[in-house]
Amino acid sequence: MCGNGQLFDYLLRLGDNGLVLAQRLGEWVGKGPVLEEDIASTNVGLDLLGQARLWLAYAGEIEARDGKPGRSEDQLAYQRDSASYRNLLLVEQPNGNYADTIARQFLFDQWHVLLLGQLTLSQDERIAGIAAKAVKEARYHVERSTDWVVRLGDGTELSHARMQAAIDALWMYTGEMFAVDATERALVDAGIAADAAALEPHWRSAVQGTFDEATLAVPTDSWMQGTRERGGKQGVHTEHLSHMLAVMQSLPRAHPNAQW
Amino acid sequence: MRHVETLSGAASVTDRMHVSEQELAAVWRAIASVVDPEIPVVSVVELGIVRSVERVAGAWEVTVTPTYSGCPATRVIEDDIRTAIAAAVGERAQVMTALAPAWTTDWIAPEGLAKLRAAGIAPPGATASHDVPVTTRAVTFGRPRPAVACPNCGSLRTAELARFGSTACKAQYRCADCLEPFDYFKPH
Repeated sequence: MCGNGQLFDYLLRLGDNGLVLAQRLGEWVGKGPVLEEDIASTNVGLDLLGQARLWLAYAGEIEARDGKPGRSEDQLAYQRDSASYRNLLLVEQPNGNYADTIARQFLFDQWHVLLLGQLTLSQDERIAGIAAKAVKEARYHVERSTDWVVRLGDGTELSHARMQAAIDALWMYTGEMFAVDATERALVDAGIAADAAALEPHWRSAVQGTFDEATLAVPTDSWMQGTRERGGKQGVHTEHLSHMLAVMQSLPRAHPNAQW
Repeated sequence: MRHVETLSGAASVTDRMHVSEQELAAVWRAIASVVDPEIPVVSVVELGIVRSVERVAGAWEVTVTPTYSGCPATRVIEDDIRTAIAAAVGERAQVMTALAPAWTTDWIAPEGLAKLRAAGIAPPGATASHDVPVTTRAVTFGRPRPAVACPNCGSLRTAELARFGSTACKAQYRCADCLEPFDYFKPH
């Protein structure tokens, strides 16, 4: 059995990943390392933001099914505090240097493509439709982030060191992508959600292949953050998210319902 | 209920209200006058994003499918379609969004492809991948990609400058023969 509350929560997870990562990528606007990358980051962010709007709009409709006033995509984006956000810890991590940004993007993109691919088979037609649209965009994203991982990893001594350090630092946030809690389990059993745990071997093999080409070492697994049902998917975030939201939400919170 | 052959070739169903062929054609003409604000050489019909036009409960209902999820032109296009229909037939129109099936560049009409090329934008699928085994290494880095024919001189000696261009749907290329930089409408 799965209820509307679980579906709402799952849609927030999908939408918040895109929203938060899009905001992070937007922070590069005007200061990308080269103009082409400035444009690329923004374009990837734009795709993710568009996807987030589709997920959050659907979440608001599901919320309304239980007789509550369903929130709009804007209300969900601008009027929730960090504890109500359901994104992965990985995507809220700060931009750091460009290797940090690329590592975060690559680890996410590889997972995102697999997840969306599975979601195209969802019994929920709306989810399947959004996923079919989004997966085409995600495939393009992963090509670019893979190219960059190889370029920086198999680049100069400095770029290699930074790329490896970025991966080492972010690795502990990757386990959460494959952790299935009760909410997801119920939706997986109902044929609605993707079984994230089943994606892990495919993700590991893709990551391993790219790291080999990039002369990078796959970090040794140690403690994985957020895997014991106390992570981003449950609203327990790193401190970075609330700082990011403070910036993202400042205008709509200062001028609620402003129109222009 | 009756089936009407729409301009895009897809059969759509109008409601029981009487709609004359002339009226429907006038509405389609109005929609066909709307151009993509970011690529103003092709109409939204040529772009293949208009899925159906129906008459529902006294108003026109136009269904469009977005190109990219975050394409900022979508809202403008919806407004422009409503305005064009109001100006042409003096009636209200509602623009609906259909995500599935997802839009693909295969839906761009042949005349749309020709107009893109004439505007200096290499249309999607203008690659050598199927006929000539030419690949090009991107100027910066990355794995080889199918060569894209230069819209200016037709040369296949072109290279990708950047994965993303002036809009979400394009990448930047440069021709090694005529030296023109150009946009490539990515196959999607």
